[in-house]
Amino acid sequence: MQTEWRVRAITRATLPILLALTVVEIGSGLVLGSFEATLLAYPSLLTLVPVTIGTAGNLGSVLAARLSTAFHLGTLSFDPADDQLAGNAVATMALALTIFPAVGAGAWTLSLALGTVQLPLLTVVAVALASGAALAVVAVAVTLVATYAAYRYELDPDDVVIPVVTNVCDVLGVLVLFTVVQILV
Amino acid sequence: MSVFEVAAQAYREALPAMAASTVGGLFAGVVLGGMRAELRAVPGLLVLVPALLATRGNVYGSLGARLSTGLHQGLVEPAFAMDDGLASAVDDRVLAAVTAALANGILASLFASVVAFLTLTTLGDPVAPLPTLLAIALLAGVFSGVALTVAVVSVVFVGFRRGYNPDTLVGPLVTTTGDVFGIAFLLLATRIVLALGGI
Repeated sequence: MQTEWRVRAITRATLPILLALTVVEIGSGLVLGSFEATLLAYPSLLTLVPVTIGTAGNLGSVLAARLSTAFHLGTLSFDPADDQLAGNAVATMALALTIFPAVGAGAWTLSLALGTVQLPLLTVVAVALASGAALAVVAVAVTLVATYAAYRYELDPDDVVIPVVTNVCDVLGVLVLFTVVQILV
Repeated sequence: MSVFEVAAQAYREALPAMAASTVGGLFAGVVLGGMRAELRAVPGLLVLVPALLATRGNVYGSLGARLSTGLHQGLVEPAFAMDDGLASAVDDRVLAAVTAALANGILASLFASVVAFLTLTTLGDPVAPLPTLLAIALLAGVFSGVALTVAVVSVVFVGFRRGYNPDTLVGPLVTTTGDVFGIAFLLLATRIVLALGGI
């Protein structure tokens, strides 16, 4: 069913889920707030916040969109040996392991250019890489569970899975970053 | 296809958009890194950051998806006809979709500041007065809403006219510009509110 092109109809279809997702995101904000002192002391880490959140959500949403299409085309089965499933999971890991070290190096270089460097390059890259690897595992797990749940409850994965996965990965992205910073910094 | 072929294809298709949004996210990070004075001056502002960024992505991603579906279905004309005067310059459907996006984006931002304020107060954590957070969320929502609406509508329309599938443009566009505009206008809104005396 398609939403009508009227302000009221669009609002009725989108506002409830938007407000629910906002509450979820405040959860990730509270995690950020809990290590605000560390983030304010090290600008390179603060620089990593939006990109870690965004990339975590992106990894999940790309995987969700691909699984959802495979599901609609009937080429997906929920079997660990399924080629579509395993291949897309491997690609998500590879994407995370390519992008996150570059993100760490980029954040450090930008801090250097702005004269706010506090942490060594290797520490920032290590924080980004460790966060990225953990996030890829999380994104794959969340996406598989959400896609499978949509399939079991006969919901269209396109409608449900992407917003849920994107926002859950946002929250978990902050949690992972928090944990990694506690261990490495 | 083998596992390796599936993985290689998925990797190749996703990398460019992912890299583009990473660059956007890094610039947003630089602005956030330069915002330490404002974050200290307005306790609770950092708690709002993920919610405000996600709202931009959710609302304007959905606006872009709606407009590109409308274009594919022929419900929306990818042009602004100025000859009938300003009132009819914009398609009614586009106007409704844009109005709904702006209204929902601003409502969700205001809602986020209320939830953040109540949660931090309940936890006994330091938090700026509610009117300060509401004013920042409102200004940031209006500024970034207008900027993202212009970006989404023009890229989707121009892309469609030039023969691109707007569906593939919307995701990377919104994830890249959403973070940058979101944080930049949050900084601007915070500076305006602080300059007005924190309300």
